[in-house]
Amino acid sequence: MSFSSTLAAHRFGYGLSPEIAPPKSVNAMLRALRGRDRAAKQFALPPVSDVHALTDEIRQLQRARRKAQKAGRDNGPEHAAFEAFKKASRPEILRWTAQGVLRRVWSEDGLRERLVDFWADHFAARGKNYSFRTNEAHYAETAIRPYISGKFADLLEAAVLHPMMLHFLDQNASVGPNSPFAQQRPKQERGLNENLAREILELHTLGVGGAYEQKDVRQLAKLLTGVRANFDIALQFEPRRAEPGAETVLGRSYGGAERAKLEDVQAVLRDLAVHPDTAAHLAQKMAVHFVADTPDTDLVASMKAAYLETDGDLSAMTEAMLRHPAAWQVARHNFKQPMTFLCSALRGLAVPVARLEALQGGGLQRYVGAPLRTMGQPLGKPLGPDGFSETDGHWLSPQGLAARLQWSLSAPVDLARPLPDPRRFVLDVLGEDVPKEVLFAAKAAESRREGVALVLMSPAFQRM
Amino acid sequence: MSKRLTRRNFLTQGAAIGCSVAASPLLTPVSFAAAPTDNRLVVIVLRGGLDGLDLLRPRQEALLPVLRPTLSAGNKGEIPLEGGFGLHPECAPLYPLWQAGQLAFVNAVSTPYRDKRSHFDGQDLLEAGIASIEGDGVRDGWLNRAIGTMKGVDVQTAYAIGTEPMLLSRGDAEITSWSPDVDFILSQQGVALMQNTLRGDPEMSAAMATAMGLASKSGEGTMDATELEEAMDMMMDPAGKGARGAHVRVAEFAADRLREDARIACFSLGGWDTHFRQSNTLRTPLRRLVNTLLTLHNRMGAAAWQRTTVVAMTEFGRTAAENGTKGTDHGTGGAMVLAGGALRKSGVYGQWPGMDEAALYKRRDLMPTDDVRRWAAWALRSSFGLERSLLETEVFPGIELGDDPRLLA
Repeated sequence: MSFSSTLAAHRFGYGLSPEIAPPKSVNAMLRALRGRDRAAKQFALPPVSDVHALTDEIRQLQRARRKAQKAGRDNGPEHAAFEAFKKASRPEILRWTAQGVLRRVWSEDGLRERLVDFWADHFAARGKNYSFRTNEAHYAETAIRPYISGKFADLLEAAVLHPMMLHFLDQNASVGPNSPFAQQRPKQERGLNENLAREILELHTLGVGGAYEQKDVRQLAKLLTGVRANFDIALQFEPRRAEPGAETVLGRSYGGAERAKLEDVQAVLRDLAVHPDTAAHLAQKMAVHFVADTPDTDLVASMKAAYLETDGDLSAMTEAMLRHPAAWQVARHNFKQPMTFLCSALRGLAVPVARLEALQGGGLQRYVGAPLRTMGQPLGKPLGPDGFSETDGHWLSPQGLAARLQWSLSAPVDLARPLPDPRRFVLDVLGEDVPKEVLFAAKAAESRREGVALVLMSPAFQRM
Repeated sequence: MSKRLTRRNFLTQGAAIGCSVAASPLLTPVSFAAAPTDNRLVVIVLRGGLDGLDLLRPRQEALLPVLRPTLSAGNKGEIPLEGGFGLHPECAPLYPLWQAGQLAFVNAVSTPYRDKRSHFDGQDLLEAGIASIEGDGVRDGWLNRAIGTMKGVDVQTAYAIGTEPMLLSRGDAEITSWSPDVDFILSQQGVALMQNTLRGDPEMSAAMATAMGLASKSGEGTMDATELEEAMDMMMDPAGKGARGAHVRVAEFAADRLREDARIACFSLGGWDTHFRQSNTLRTPLRRLVNTLLTLHNRMGAAAWQRTTVVAMTEFGRTAAENGTKGTDHGTGGAMVLAGGALRKSGVYGQWPGMDEAALYKRRDLMPTDDVRRWAAWALRSSFGLERSLLETEVFPGIELGDDPRLLA
C-alpha cells in the first residue's frame, strides 16, 4: 500500500507508454498538476471567438433556411447552403475532439487529464442544437479545465453558469412568475423551470442524500431566474426575468428588496460549495472513480476533511487522496471506462501524433467515435446530467466487452505501424507486474494482432 | 491454419465447427430451452418521467385548461378513449390496437418513491421493485427475482437487451444483455488464450463467455455502411436521427427472440424528461414508444403476439401544472401503458384522484392512488402463474396484491 509508478500510471493516469516516463512520486504528480498546463498548449483548441464566429455563421444560414421554408421553399439553395456548411465544418469540429484524444494519449501529466474527465462528467452537459453542439469541446476547455485544482466554488460557478449548462438544463427559459418580464406578457404565462436547480442540489453539490427538500429546489429555481445564456453563447443576467424578493435555500436567505443580481446566485453557489454534504458527496464520488467502487472509509474521510479544512480546495482533496495508503492498494478493482480503455490502449501503442492528426472525420469515427458508442460511452456525451456510470458492473457487460475485443482486434493494426511485438508490448503496458497468463498469451498468440488484442483484453490492462 | 470464427459463419458453419466450439466453455452457445409456457412478457422502462397527464388528457377535468393552458390547448388528432380521457395525437397509430382490445392504460400509479423526485433514485427503485432506496440499497431487479422463483423455466430463455445494463434484470438469475451490432473475429487459439488470461477474473470471464455465446445467435454479420452512418449520427446527436433507428432495431431484435423461445424481454426508452416546450419535446419519445409497440406487434407474428403482454412503466409522473417554460417538472403519480394480444380488453384502469388542488399530492402532483408494482405483479402472475405469496415477499417485498384486475384474457 505505497506509491508505485506503474500503479500511478494505471490508476491516476491514462496508463503506461513506452515513450513517456511514469510519475516518480506523489510529489511529482502534484507538482505537475499545480504547474503549467502543457498539454492544453501542445494540443490547443482554437480560441472561443473562432467557435463563436462559426456559430454565428450557422445561425445566419439557419435563419435564411427557416425563412425559405416559410416561403414554401423546403429544398432550395438556402437548405443546400446550410447542409454544405454543416458538412464543411464537421472535420474542424471533430479535430477539437481529436485534440482531446491526443492529450490523453501523449500528456506527461496524466492525472490532469483524468481529473478534467472526472469533473467534466460530474458537470455533464451537452448541446441540444447544432450551435451548442459545436461548443461542447470548449465547454470543458473553459468551464472545467482551468478549475480542476482550485476551489470547488469556482468550478461550480464556472460550470453551472456556463451557457452550455444553462442551455442543457433549460435555465434559459425559466422566468420568475412575478418578474416584470412575466407580468408584461400575461398571455404567454411564463414561469419557473426547476431543472437546473434540482440538478445543482442533487448532482453537483449536496448529492441526492443531502440535506435539501423540494422547497429548497423551488427556492433555488426562483433565485436562478434571470440567469441565462444569450445567442452569442455568453452568460447574461437579466434582472427583468428574475423573481422579485428574497429566496431561502437551506435556511439562508438570498437577495432581497433591491433589484435582483447575479451576486445573489453566486452567493448561494459559494455556500453550497462548502456545505459538509457537498464535501462528503464529492469525496465519495472521487474515491469511487479513482480507487474502488467501495472505497476505504478512512480514505474518504480524510479527503472530506481536507476539503472542509480548505474551504473546498480541490487540489487539497486530490492531495489527500494521493497521500493516503488506501489509494495505493495493490488489488485493482476498478474497471476502466471505455474512454479510459481506448486512450490507454493508444497510449500503450504509442500511436504517433501525426497518425492521429491525420485521421480525418471518417477515420476518427471509425477508430474512436463508433467504437466508444458500442462500448456504451458515446464520446463525452452522456444522455443525462448525471454523467456516465461510476459502477464497474455497468461497464462489465457482455456487449461492452465484445466491443472492446472487436476494437482490440481491428484498430491497433491500422493505427500502430508496425504493430509492436506482443512480447514487448505486454511489458510496455503492464510494467513490472505482468501476470504469467498474460505473458504466456502474448508469447503464444498466433499473430501480432491477436497477441496485442489479448494483452489489451487482459484483466491486468482493463482494471486500474 | 486455424479456423476463423465470425458471427456469420457461426450461423452457416455451425454444424461443422459445432463440436470444437462446444468443447470450449467460452464458446458454449446459450441454449434456448423450451419454456413451460407460451406466454410472453415485455417490460419497457420509460426513463425520464413520462407525463401521464399529457399521454392521457383528462378532458373531464374542468381544471385541465387552467393548470395546463398550453398543453391542453387544441385537441386535433386526439383520440377520445373512455372516461373522458383523450389519447395524445402522436399515439394515433396505436388506435387499431385499442380497437382490437390490445391497448390499456393505468392512471395515477407510482412507486413508493416520494418527494425528492430524482430520476436516478426513482429509476433504481422502479427497477429494484422495493419500497425504499434507504439502507443497503437492494441491487438486484424485480424481474430477475421473479425469474428466480419461476419453476421449470430455463433462465436462459429470458433476455434483457439494450446497450445499457439494467438494474431491473440484474441479480442472481442469469439474463443476458445484448444489442445487435457487435461483431468480432478471433482464432480458436486466441479464444483459448483469452479464456486463460480471464480465468482469475470471474466477472470479466462470465461477461465474455456470454458475449461469445450470444454472438453466435445474434443474426447477421458486421455493421454495414448504413449502420456505420447511423452510429456516426448517433454520436454527433445522441437524441437525433440515428437514435430514432436504434429503438426499432432493438424492438425487432426483441420480437425475433420472442417469436422463438425467449419469454421475457426488457429494455428502456429515454427522452421523457420534458421540462421545456413539451408540445414539441414529448412527440419524439411518444413516437418511439409507438414504433416500438407496433414493431413488436408487426414482427412477432399473430400467434406470439396473441400470448404477449407489454408493460411500459416510468419512474414518476410530472407536475399537474405546466411550468413556466411550457413543460412540466418532476412529479409523483403517473401512467402505465399496457399492450399485447394477451390483454383481456382495452381500457383505462386506475382510480382517478381528480385534479383539484386539495386532491393533488402536496398540492403539486397527481395523487398516486395505486402502486405501480402491484400492476407489474399482476402482469407476472397472470402471464406466468407466480404465487401470490412469492410476489408479495420475494419479488416485490411488502406489496399487497389485492383484487385481480383481470388484465389478461
